Amino acid sequence: MSEFFNMGGYGYYVWSSFGLSFLVIVLNIWWAYARSTRVKRRLSGRVEQPEPVRPTVRQVQ
Amino acid sequence: MWRTLTLFFHQLASPPHFYRWSGLFAPWFAAVALVLITIGLYGGLLLAPPDYQQGEAFRIIYVHVPSAYLSMLSYVLMATAAAVGFIWRIKLAHAVAVSTAPIGASFTFLALVTGALWGKPMWGTYWQWGDARLVSELVLLFLFLGYMALHAAFEEQERGDRMSAVLAVVGVVNVPIIHYSVVWWATLHQGPSITENAISGAMLWPLLVMIAGYTFCFGWLLLLQLRSEVLEREAGARWTQRVLEASP
Repeated sequence: MSEFFNMGGYGYYVWSSFGLSFLVIVLNIWWAYARSTRVKRRLSGRVEQPEPVRPTVRQVQ
Repeated sequence: MWRTLTLFFHQLASPPHFYRWSGLFAPWFAAVALVLITIGLYGGLLLAPPDYQQGEAFRIIYVHVPSAYLSMLSYVLMATAAAVGFIWRIKLAHAVAVSTAPIGASFTFLALVTGALWGKPMWGTYWQWGDARLVSELVLLFLFLGYMALHAAFEEQERGDRMSAVLAVVGVVNVPIIHYSVVWWATLHQGPSITENAISGAMLWPLLVMIAGYTFCFGWLLLLQLRSEVLEREAGARWTQRVLEASP
C-alpha cells in the first residue's frame, strides 16, 4: 500500500498533479452551482420586468 | 428535409428550448463523466505498468493530456461559437463563447501546472522559456483571460460580445501552433504519445477513457454555466419568469 503512495519516489509529483486536477474540477462544479443559485435568486426578484434589462446597441444609438 | 433541418437548428438555438433540453441532459453528462473517470483512474493508477524510462512518474499523463486536450478543444469551441454569434447574430452562440472561457482557462491552467509537475522529475525543471509547447500553451491561457477581461470591459453586452469575438477568432491561430509545436521545434517537450510514439495498449486505454471522461465533465460544466448565462441574458423574458417560478 505505501508502495502505491510512494510511486517509485515520484509520489510528490504524481499526487500533487492528481490532487490539483481534482481540486480544480471540484471548484468548477461548486462555482457552477453557486452561480446558478445566485442568478436564480437575483432574477426572481424581478418578476415585473417586461423588457430585457440590459440596453442593446440600437437603443443607445 | 432542408426546412426540417433549419427548423431544428432554430429551435435548438432558441433560449427557452435550450434551457428545457439542457436540464434533461446535464445529469447524464455528469453520470457518464463520473463512470469514465473512475474507470480511467483505476486503469491508469493500478492496471497500467510503469514506464520503462519514466517509471511511475509517467502516470501524470492521465491528468495532463486530458487537460491539455480540453484546453485546445474548448478554445476552438469558444472561437467557433464567437464567430457564429458575430456573423449570424445568434444570441445563444455568444452565450456559449462566454461560458466556455473560464472553464477552458481552468483546464489550460491544469495542463500547465501538471506539465510543470511532470517536467521537474523528468527534465529537471518546472519551466523552460525556450520550449515552444510550453510557451504557446501559456499564450492560450492569456488568450482565455484576455477574452474574459475584454468581454467584461464593455458595459453594453452586445458590444462586448462582438468585440471579444474578434479577439477569440484571431487567437485561434495559436491552436495549430500548440499542436504542431513538438514537431516543428523538437525541444524539451516529448512528441505526440497517441499518434506517433504509439504507447502500448495497457497504458493507452486508460488515457483514452480519461480523455472521454474529461470531455463529458467539460460538457456538463458548460451546460451548467450556460443555463445561468442564458437566464441572465433573458432576464425579463416571460419564459424566464415561468422557469424561475417553477424552480426557485
